[in-house]
Amino acid sequence: MSTAPVLELRGIDKSFGPVQVLHDVAFSVYPGEVTALVGDNGAGKSTLVKCIGGIHPFDSGEYYFEGKQVHVSGPRDAASMGVEIVYQDLALCDNLDIVQNMFLGRERKRGLVLDEDTMEEMAAKTLLGLSVRTVKSLRQHVSSLSGGQRQTVAIAKAVLWNSKVVILDEPTAALGVAQTAQVLELVRRLADKGLAVVLISHNMNDVFAVSDRIAALYLGRMAAQVKTSDVTHSQIVELITAGRSGELGLQNGKEATA
Amino acid sequence: MTTTTAPEEKAVAPSAGLNQQVRDYVERVRGGELGALPAVIGLIVLCTVFAILSPVFLSPVNFANLFTQGAGVTVIAMGLVFVLLLGEIDLSAGFASGVCAAFLGVLLTNEGWPWYASVLAAMVVGVVIGLIIGWLVAKLGIPSFVVTLAAFLAFQGVVLILLDEGTNISIRDSVILAIANENMYPWLGWALVVVGVLAYAGLQLLNNRRRAGRGLVTDPLSLIAVRVGALAVASGFAVYVLNLERSRNPGVISLTGVPVVVPIILVLLLVWTFVLRRTRFGRHIYAVGGNAEAARRAGINVDRIKISAFVICSFMASVGGIIAASRANSVDPNTGGSNVLLFAVGAAVIGGTSLFGGKGRALDAILGGAVVAVVINGMGLMGYSSSVKYVVTGAVLLLAAGVDALSRKRASASGRR
Repeated sequence: MSTAPVLELRGIDKSFGPVQVLHDVAFSVYPGEVTALVGDNGAGKSTLVKCIGGIHPFDSGEYYFEGKQVHVSGPRDAASMGVEIVYQDLALCDNLDIVQNMFLGRERKRGLVLDEDTMEEMAAKTLLGLSVRTVKSLRQHVSSLSGGQRQTVAIAKAVLWNSKVVILDEPTAALGVAQTAQVLELVRRLADKGLAVVLISHNMNDVFAVSDRIAALYLGRMAAQVKTSDVTHSQIVELITAGRSGELGLQNGKEATA
Repeated sequence: MTTTTAPEEKAVAPSAGLNQQVRDYVERVRGGELGALPAVIGLIVLCTVFAILSPVFLSPVNFANLFTQGAGVTVIAMGLVFVLLLGEIDLSAGFASGVCAAFLGVLLTNEGWPWYASVLAAMVVGVVIGLIIGWLVAKLGIPSFVVTLAAFLAFQGVVLILLDEGTNISIRDSVILAIANENMYPWLGWALVVVGVLAYAGLQLLNNRRRAGRGLVTDPLSLIAVRVGALAVASGFAVYVLNLERSRNPGVISLTGVPVVVPIILVLLLVWTFVLRRTRFGRHIYAVGGNAEAARRAGINVDRIKISAFVICSFMASVGGIIAASRANSVDPNTGGSNVLLFAVGAAVIGGTSLFGGKGRALDAILGGAVVAVVINGMGLMGYSSSVKYVVTGAVLLLAAGVDALSRKRASASGRR
């Protein structure tokens, strides 16, 4: 790989009380690529993401951002570096419109007053940049949007801030076929614009459709981080369910390099 | 899914005509976003019924009475809107206004303080009450229903203590009495209409020009004309009627002009509308009411927003208490008591503020307050006993809450929630 990872974790350990959830996890995310993070329920995907987002502090390990070691002690730190997480529940306010949601907590002001015009302009520009043309009005309440449109708004909210890494937690889990295709297209466009995208998904079709790399977690250990083009569908399923697949994966609890 | 693929490089269509706006409005109403519709329809129906049943109802003197009767409840309701927006409730707002009025009475009459110092003190008491309630709800996590129910009981006692177990303190200060008993010069009423309508039209046009200059969606001029026209007609009519002579004996004493409470309420309406719609604080109130978890993740200090809402509510209750004291010319243990709170909650909900949080405006308090004032006033004119009044008022409150719940159900069925 010619480019350096924009975000890199090394040797991450994380325990909740007596339960160790992450063991010596290494994880790299590259700009312009979609990295799929897969693993069975309880493998530690969400915990890993929350560590990246600064919600959980990790017990030991190193966090590098753009080659420099950083200390992330809260969601604000992660956001200020340009790491945005879109959670499964999207965290949108139904009673606010699209622009208001996109700028929630970071409203632009002109003196004492909210600068609605600038916010609307920036929101329109961002949606246009993502080639989103499916919303009727930016002043529409989010409650009147479809599932795919809500996902789109949540993603647009994440990229509005010149973010460098966008992490999507199962963005297609609740969507129909057409809407899933729409969102996956959007995910691909984000990467093509140069962002580093992390896609958490249980759906192998989605993973193989858009990702460049796949990182498989198995019981809190990173089983393998491989290029999507180098592996098959069934190899990934084996990595998820057994932690190893032939040469790939964990050998006697030790990670083998792909 | 509605898909509009604009041919030009725009994410949305630039402008919609008046027809489209009307169609959108009808669609929203059918989808359960009723807004001010129930209050306006209710007001028209009630006024028609009372006008037919009681000829006095439409007289200028009664029209003026409506404003002074409804003022206190309306102001308290305006404060309650903030608490309701968060999906919380303040049951103590009525007696909080009573406590503040009692402070006013004691300081003004018994201690001989000047009116401004007494008013300020009463308002400070309101703010302190709000701080305590808000702190208990936000920081300790006691449900607002319980906290304010406890305060509701306790404040009744506080009022009795302040009034020496129930004596009546009369208010004699001319400035305080003027609030609910005096009228403005007729020309001042007209000046207010002209300035208000021109300012409204100017702001709308200016806003449109600025947005058009940036290539953003603008309201059609016809819609602005309709809005400005409606404001001009309604306010012009009201001031015209209020400026008619309503004294029974014009030779002895002349009674004309807009009651002084009206501009006071209008100023409060403008201030709180500005806060809710144009400031970051207002935006965050809606956000916390809509999805507190999303607001927290967006970095909004949810506790601070909650406490501020209760402070605003109790502050407005203190203003309501001052108005009530002025109207009654006195403070007694029942000031702010009996059904004041239910009227205020009813006014906010009838106006279109949701009990479930996230939906409401300062204007709702005025619309709902008008409905409540008309109900009380009309039934009083028809000579119903207070037993009937209680039952009817309870029914109206239930009806409003029912409309709120049904519209919410409808909204979720049509995917608008």
